Amino acid sequence: MTTTRTIVGPEAPLAADLHLPTKYGRAEHVLDILIRSIVPILLALVAGGLLLLALGHNPLIFYRDIWRGGVESGSWQDSAIRMAPFLLIAAGLTVIFRANIWNLGYNGQFLLAAALVSGYAPALVGDLPLWFATVLLFLLAGATAALWTLVPAVLKARYGTNEIITTLMMSFIAIDLASILIKGPFHDPTTPLPQTEVIPLEKMLPSIPGTRIHVGVLVAFAAVLVVHFVLTRTSWGLRIQILGANPRAARHVGIKLPRLIIVAFLTSGFLIGLAAAADILGLWGYIRTGWNPAYGDTIIPFVFLARLNMLAVVPFIAFFSILSTGGDLAAQQAGLPTDFLLVLVGLILLFMTVIEYLGRRRELGESYLSPGLRQALRAPILRRREA
Amino acid sequence: MNAPNDTGVPIVQLVGITKRFPGVLANDRIDLALHGGEVHCLLGENGAGKSTLIGILSGLLRPDAGTILIDGVETTIASPRAALEIGVGTVPQHSALIPALTVLQNLMLGDNRRLRLDATGARQRLGELADLLGVEVDPDTKAIDLSLGNQQQVEIIKALWRGSRVLILDEPTSMLTPQGVEELGKVLARLKERGHAIIFITHKLHEALSLGDRISILRQGRLVGAIEPDSLRSASAEDLRAEIVRTMFGEAARAVSDAPELQEEVVEGLHVEPPAVGADTVLELQHVTAPGEGAELGIDDVSLELKEGEILGVAGVDGNGQRSLAEVIAGQRTPARGDVLLYGARVTRLPVASRQKLGLRYVTDDRIGEGIVGPLPVGLNLFLKRIGQRPFWRHGRLQRAAVNRRAAELVREFDVRTPSVSTRAATLSGGNIQKVLLARELSFDPKVVVFHKPTYGLDVRTTGTVRELIRGLAGGGGSALVVSTDLDELLEVCDRIAVLSRGRLVGVVGNGQGAAEEVGRLMLGESDAERAA
Repeated sequence: MTTTRTIVGPEAPLAADLHLPTKYGRAEHVLDILIRSIVPILLALVAGGLLLLALGHNPLIFYRDIWRGGVESGSWQDSAIRMAPFLLIAAGLTVIFRANIWNLGYNGQFLLAAALVSGYAPALVGDLPLWFATVLLFLLAGATAALWTLVPAVLKARYGTNEIITTLMMSFIAIDLASILIKGPFHDPTTPLPQTEVIPLEKMLPSIPGTRIHVGVLVAFAAVLVVHFVLTRTSWGLRIQILGANPRAARHVGIKLPRLIIVAFLTSGFLIGLAAAADILGLWGYIRTGWNPAYGDTIIPFVFLARLNMLAVVPFIAFFSILSTGGDLAAQQAGLPTDFLLVLVGLILLFMTVIEYLGRRRELGESYLSPGLRQALRAPILRRREA
Repeated sequence: MNAPNDTGVPIVQLVGITKRFPGVLANDRIDLALHGGEVHCLLGENGAGKSTLIGILSGLLRPDAGTILIDGVETTIASPRAALEIGVGTVPQHSALIPALTVLQNLMLGDNRRLRLDATGARQRLGELADLLGVEVDPDTKAIDLSLGNQQQVEIIKALWRGSRVLILDEPTSMLTPQGVEELGKVLARLKERGHAIIFITHKLHEALSLGDRISILRQGRLVGAIEPDSLRSASAEDLRAEIVRTMFGEAARAVSDAPELQEEVVEGLHVEPPAVGADTVLELQHVTAPGEGAELGIDDVSLELKEGEILGVAGVDGNGQRSLAEVIAGQRTPARGDVLLYGARVTRLPVASRQKLGLRYVTDDRIGEGIVGPLPVGLNLFLKRIGQRPFWRHGRLQRAAVNRRAAELVREFDVRTPSVSTRAATLSGGNIQKVLLARELSFDPKVVVFHKPTYGLDVRTTGTVRELIRGLAGGGGSALVVSTDLDELLEVCDRIAVLSRGRLVGVVGNGQGAAEEVGRLMLGESDAERAA
């Protein structure tokens, strides 16, 4: 495939030279994106349904239960609450992934920030005005997670060290450090369980009037909008995009790469920290050792399905939140482990890869189907025609 | 397998070859015959369909229509391996040898007929082929240590390794010194004697006339002209030139026929006007040493001066420190020792952006790899070096209207052929991408501009435009440093030519009579001369 491209390269752009219309119009482009984003989900639902059938369950009932448990009779509010950490982590990942830098230490950054928030919150909300304590805790969480990216960031910026490895290693350290903190200084002395003191219910994040949805969800949506604006409309966003698309060009046009890389890391960490604050102060109220929701792992496919577009990730996360809220109920009803939902996520990833591969072929001017497959499909028809 | 073919039946015959890419008819019913004992030159501009045609012949591409006859028998060439098996070998334009391996190891790479490597047999085969070509190749030298001329010889041996009778040479002279071109001519002559058929792709007419036995001319995917061996021998060079230029360019022939590529001989110092005496030095390098990158050499103790209004050329075989030199001046690479002075002030430690503000510009040779950001629109690519600056950004916010308005002006001024300023830059052709880069570097008051291989791979018309811009810059009081591996180009535009060899500046030659030979001699340098001896 690659060899073909080098030959096509110098010849194909002639179309632009001759003022021919480009291959795809805007509408086709949008359609293409929709196909590539939604088809994997549909295929995953179908394949998951087949799997359910094979396990002796009725997939229609299973999916209906998901709908009931995730949307109907007020349960959409639970789905919305789940979205808060998802959206903030997605924002943190989108920022850094657009720079083509892979901050994979999100679990550690999240947990360490969550441990610090849970540890300090009971005292702070008691002593300070609530709004002030809340803002302070959000900033504390953001700063913690941001600082935790600093070592990989500096190593990457100065020496080009592979950030995938450094962020993962730092993540393992952070997860254990969080555990030590919870068992040690932040341990609630009133209980033998390894957990922090529970924040009083009235001191947690307030709800949006008339709902159960806490304001952390609003913070998450606001962050998504801000990040989208910064990434698409500002000079900083453009620098990030250039760094991601062509780092050599970034150097060539005079972008100060080390600083940009470090700031991108800190921003990513900060947003992931906010996710931890929103989740602890809005939903859980305390943290226990061994708790690791690994939100980032589940939403990474959606960040990519949205093609690193901040707004496009929202519907995907809404979809997944409904799936996971309702899925708990559906899985219980069907007598399946809740891990079955991860099977669905895995299937989405699988089909995403397939569709992506086929899409690349199409960009190269070939058909979605490989020639061999096409011939095999055509063969019986041709044979019949001949006969 | 090696038997000469003198029965009159062409070794390879292409009949009605057609290949379509989206939006382009790359080859349109092309007929071509390759005879043993002939060098068949393929002339044509970029995009004329040369690469597609040899891609088909070497098994990389499949034609949509048409047939290939090998020794008169219809054959399908399904893969590069199949091409080798039926005796078609290709020498790529850029060496594809693996730098860390020795010559012998590189040659054995393609040979997987047996599980065990047969080093003794390979050594013997290498000896045979080297004798055949009349060259000397040390089997145990690492490819990285070979000069480009030697690398090409190894590539030719590699192409002949399995007994190929047809040899495809894709712009084989683009990386060679004038002396290297001469060497290549001798090698080709020996191959012809043995009855090989050779396809020789070039866009330089004087090479086609001196090396070719038969010339075919492609334009926009069609075979538009063919000159038979008889007429090639009998007609005068001037007549042939006129005919070929007319065939290659049709109506536009008049506009381009001055280009040095289209002369029947190498041209020296044609348009040169020396700068005013006593002009100020605008750019100076003082004993600069800087590291290289990978297989490329760095520069070692380089000093040079560029005067106001001057065009200074830097000649040299590719990979001899050109990139290091250009990047040190642009600020993309920090020198280990020495200083860079702009208007007499030290800028050695100044970052890229600050140097740009002082009027120093760099037109990179790696247009796609570092010049543009492919997924971004043409409009933004024009202002990549002004990110965050007014009037295109205010308070960090992109001012799309201002960008598009100014971009449209630049697109018109520099004649960039693009459907619109919001077209993705990656979809433009090489020539138009270069125009985007020139528009970016030559707008906003350029004073000192480094051009790195400014016309490499461009068609003749764009090449002419680019050289006109360089002259225009110097005419308007700016200064230009033109780093190029194309000696014809330097001889056409430069006032003086400095020669870079093995990372050192080995001499500066004033442009004029005899300059080509002098530069060529310096390019070879002592070490290469020893090697060749």
